[in-house]
Amino acid sequence: MLAFAMPTVLTREQVSAIAALAHLDLDPAELDLFARQLGSILDYANQVQSIDTAGVPPTASLVVRQTTDRADRVGPSLDIADTLANAPDPDRTHLEGGFFKVPRVIG
Amino acid sequence: MSGAATVRGARDLFRSRARSAADLCRDAIARIEALDPALHAFNTVVSEQALARARVVDHEFDRWRDAPLAGVPIALKDNLCTRGIRTTASSRMLEHYVPPYDATVVSRLAAAGAIVVGKTNCDEFAMGSSTENSAFGPTRNPWALDRIPGGTSGGSAAAVAARLTPLALGSDTGGSIRQPAALCGVVGLKPTYGRVSRYGLIAHASSLDQIGPLTRTVYDAALALEALAGADPADATSASAPVSQYTAALTGDVRGARIGVPRSLLEQGVDGDVAHALATALDTLRARGATLVDVELPYAKYAIPVYYLVSTAEASSNLARYDGVRYGFRAAPAHRLHPGSGGQDAGPHNLKDMYARTRALGFGPEVKRRVMLGTYVLSAGYYDAYYLKAQQVRTLILRDYEQAFQGPEAVDAIAMPTSPTPAFRIGERMSDPLQMYLADIFTVSANLAGLPAISVPCGFTSDKLPVGLQLTGRPFDEATLLRIADAYERDTSWWKETPPTVSAHPAPPPAHPAHPAHE
Repeated sequence: MLAFAMPTVLTREQVSAIAALAHLDLDPAELDLFARQLGSILDYANQVQSIDTAGVPPTASLVVRQTTDRADRVGPSLDIADTLANAPDPDRTHLEGGFFKVPRVIG
Repeated sequence: MSGAATVRGARDLFRSRARSAADLCRDAIARIEALDPALHAFNTVVSEQALARARVVDHEFDRWRDAPLAGVPIALKDNLCTRGIRTTASSRMLEHYVPPYDATVVSRLAAAGAIVVGKTNCDEFAMGSSTENSAFGPTRNPWALDRIPGGTSGGSAAAVAARLTPLALGSDTGGSIRQPAALCGVVGLKPTYGRVSRYGLIAHASSLDQIGPLTRTVYDAALALEALAGADPADATSASAPVSQYTAALTGDVRGARIGVPRSLLEQGVDGDVAHALATALDTLRARGATLVDVELPYAKYAIPVYYLVSTAEASSNLARYDGVRYGFRAAPAHRLHPGSGGQDAGPHNLKDMYARTRALGFGPEVKRRVMLGTYVLSAGYYDAYYLKAQQVRTLILRDYEQAFQGPEAVDAIAMPTSPTPAFRIGERMSDPLQMYLADIFTVSANLAGLPAISVPCGFTSDKLPVGLQLTGRPFDEATLLRIADAYERDTSWWKETPPTVSAHPAPPPAHPAHPAHE
């Protein structure tokens, strides 16, 4: 039914590639552990492949509400100081500009 | 047993001025101080804030007297945002996060007169089945301290079971309200998807998540749902269907109600004591006038693989926001194990390294595993085979339920055990994630189909561990579900039994002479 076989064991390289997509810096022990565990979970999940789903639409959401119009009115927003208080910036310099700061990206 | 052990009882004590809101609050805090060191149901207790709020409610007695939850001390799962109270989702990533806003459910409970006393432990980002995945250590089951309370709302279930608060909110993505309710011997209700606003719930899997109450009685669950339910402009997925007077639906009359039993699904892997408790519960319902009907849910056996493909895909997307910029936690540059480009401290690699190290240090193993799985099933080349396929099978599971709830043979509810086994021992399943996932076999399909489902206490195993009966109902017909569950409760006394940890610390004496409401 499928043009390619599902892998039952992932290689360390495959796991490393997924980790890069997920922005997770995994150590070698984690790469090996996840290769094994994700492989066995996928192996189990592969039982769905045997189900005939020809012509069956996918269900992504169960939302029943109709989209409706609302008045375009300005309402209260989050308090900027409360929100910025969660920034990990230890010297609190971000508070002056009202921004979250990230590490330098331009040298 | 003190009247304060139920929501209705506590509220009535407040209304009659037998106990002030501050008394009720102090009792709850005293019980938390006595029992929580052993249970670890709470991540955060806000004694001062709670007492201050209770005093306001006492001071404004006339205003609050008729509020549905007036003076009732409550606990909130620590993935529900509370303005000014840290909200961690039991993750290092959010250990110091203080939300700048309240979740809609928090505002609604406050408007109903309830007093928040603390935030309960859970599996990190609500991923797990045992509350062992908390970054702050597991919660223990009040019925057996060496066992898990279930999860992910394990702290909420333990808090209600141990009489710390008569109401706690949980969230349920694949059984996370119902399974811990069952394993701790309390009532847990997952409303229909969209019935309760998710605004301010830290998202796990957005097409499955729903907030609901954990309580001692079905009446209390109905009372809580009346306060929680309804459309919310801040959540576009909240439903505008009218909210019933759920407490008024509890007539005790189930004559003519048709209850479906998916016998073939129940053949696999159900513990003997659990199966026996279910059979006895079904007899009780039949004796009250309900009709038992065999139903087939042929695709329900695929619910676990479908759930773990769909929920991890959604989680990998939802958790992308935790990148070390806005939520308090950031890995220091010194933590970089694999610097991107020659150790320079500027450039895009610097930023990406910060993201990847923050996420590596901030997330625990189960969260990483699920983010990895979700990223994989959404990645090019695997999307159709896994994610799309799972969504198609989700449609088939949904159709199974639609068929059972429609037509001349339609049933009013479907009965199953909530969990195939009683509470297992702490540590027993931690090394085998797949084994842990199988705990959710009877609960996940209600999330995939968006249906309301409730777990009510239905007995004990020979080891005196609680067992739960799960009833699943028609969308937005929580009233029928609650009516059947309440009728069952009226004929049983399982819910009245007291866990041994609580017997060692009996509830405070009921109804002191009234304290003056105006202090």
